[in-house]
Amino acid sequence: MVIRTDTALAPVSLRATGATRRRLYVQALFKGLFGLAAFLTVGVTILIVLSLLIPALRFFSEVSLGEFFGSTRWTPLFEPPSFGVWPIVVGTAWTTGIALLVAIPFGLGVAVYLSEYADRRVRAILKPFLEILAGVPTVVLGFFGLFLVNPEIVQRFWPIGTVSTFSGLAAGLVVGVMIIPTVASLAEDAMTAVPRGLREGGFALGGTRREVATSVVFPAALSGIVAAIVLAGSRAIGETTIVLLVAGSRPTLGWNPGDQMQSMASFIGFAGIGDQPTGSTGYLTIFAVGLLLFIITFLLNIVSIRIVRRFREVYE
Amino acid sequence: MTSVSPEQVATAVALRSSTSPRRRVVDAVFKLFLWISVGVALGTLITLLIDLITEGWPRLNSDLVVNMPSARPERAGIQSAIFGSLWVVGTTALISIPTGVSAAIYLEEFAKKDRWYNRLIELNIQNLASVPSVVYGMLGLAFIARGVLSFGFTVMTAALILTLVVLPTVVIASREALRAVPNSLRHGSLALGATEWETVYRQVLPAAVPGIATGTILSTSRALGESAPLLLVGALTFVTFNPEGFDSSYTVLPLAIFRFISEARIEFRPLAAAASVVLLIVLLGMNSIAIFVRNRFEKKLR
Repeated sequence: MVIRTDTALAPVSLRATGATRRRLYVQALFKGLFGLAAFLTVGVTILIVLSLLIPALRFFSEVSLGEFFGSTRWTPLFEPPSFGVWPIVVGTAWTTGIALLVAIPFGLGVAVYLSEYADRRVRAILKPFLEILAGVPTVVLGFFGLFLVNPEIVQRFWPIGTVSTFSGLAAGLVVGVMIIPTVASLAEDAMTAVPRGLREGGFALGGTRREVATSVVFPAALSGIVAAIVLAGSRAIGETTIVLLVAGSRPTLGWNPGDQMQSMASFIGFAGIGDQPTGSTGYLTIFAVGLLLFIITFLLNIVSIRIVRRFREVYE
Repeated sequence: MTSVSPEQVATAVALRSSTSPRRRVVDAVFKLFLWISVGVALGTLITLLIDLITEGWPRLNSDLVVNMPSARPERAGIQSAIFGSLWVVGTTALISIPTGVSAAIYLEEFAKKDRWYNRLIELNIQNLASVPSVVYGMLGLAFIARGVLSFGFTVMTAALILTLVVLPTVVIASREALRAVPNSLRHGSLALGATEWETVYRQVLPAAVPGIATGTILSTSRALGESAPLLLVGALTFVTFNPEGFDSSYTVLPLAIFRFISEARIEFRPLAAAASVVLLIVLLGMNSIAIFVRNRFEKKLR
């Protein structure tokens, strides 16, 4: 809450002595400085848009939108170059889809457990562990995915089709683990915010703990839960390092999740390592893909904010 | 008289009414699923830690942190990456913490919530927090490393990029810390004739410092593990010296690990694991400091 002092100070400042006036100047100075810092964040967004848009527009003056969205061959850095973006869009869809298949059930399971089942002592132990999992750097998860998850788990136990040394499947699984804490902690916040009275009503009607959790708390917290999933999905879409290390760098457009894959983000990382000269087609391609990635995550974020706003149950 | 909490009543009622065997089975299966979920999260973390320690064990010695990167795996180490990370993350903290805390103070203490531009700033920060970090790398490549600022592939470029990455979380965390300061403190100060700024500076900020510290340590630790945006601005290059200033070329720990992983020779694998263990230890250390500060703060309030 902000407390206004303008009115309270008005009579004082009318008769302001030098000292008081100086105090008010100091206040105005700091208020201005802090305001500047806050407006700076809007500047960052403008910079992002400009830095992506200018090279992307130059890219689209060289490569037509028709080729970008119409062709299905993605070899922008090789001769002869081909700029059909679908293989990396589908690659992104694979890794994100697999990640969500892991993170939605298990993340929500953790959230329900923490909010409805665990007592305070268990929570106090579990939550720091989740924070540690959330803090594991993606490059470390990439190591784990490439050298343990893919060869020891996915290649051994995946029943359908072949799994290569680099696989979109393993990358998706590891990204899924990465976003479990995101889903769990945001969904848990939403469920904890449901008032106790609703639960007690559920119990009074003879509901078991599970029934109260699934038919009272879960629906009441649905908007927050959906927002958590959308945000986690947007993190999975933008995940670069894990996908680059575990799924490899050869874009494929196909139905086998065990294949090598490239996502939009991992293409940016891959091409960025190659140190493209400013203005070269390779350089411009990075920004065209980056713009697409930014637009997708931006839209998802707007969706999640609107879900929370529109469907939030207000309890008084 | 013994008091019965509503929860006990609820449990008693729940126990009595869940007599139907089908319900009891479904309840048990559901609970099992919840345990499995927790097991997946914890199991993965524990497997990951065990895997890293066993694979990295042969290389977890002082040579690892003393040696410089080398093309020969038996001699390679991560000294330049450790110093690079210190430089980059230190600079990031120096820039992002004052900026982020200032923005938080403005939004929490000064901004009128009903003004459209203040609402824009809030929405904008929320959105920035969910922009993929690799996109900040592209901004850095276009405007900081090349283009307008042309700082090249240097410590400063990396620090500015990571500042942009962590700034939204620093702002959000600092705002939460400011919001936790009770309003009575503000009212008292204002009633005694202090200006808004004096109230913020002398009362609110000191009370919020532990919370801000916790939040900023956690946010900065994110910068330490970040790899994606720096891939675009030369952090993956082979650097065998420590940075000497903001304009030095550099590498950082996550990207040293990235290099070890992408080396074709299998002898680099234990190095990647060992360097990961070092990185995790530093991160855990920062996390523990943050949690320690938080706990002390909570005790003081009670």
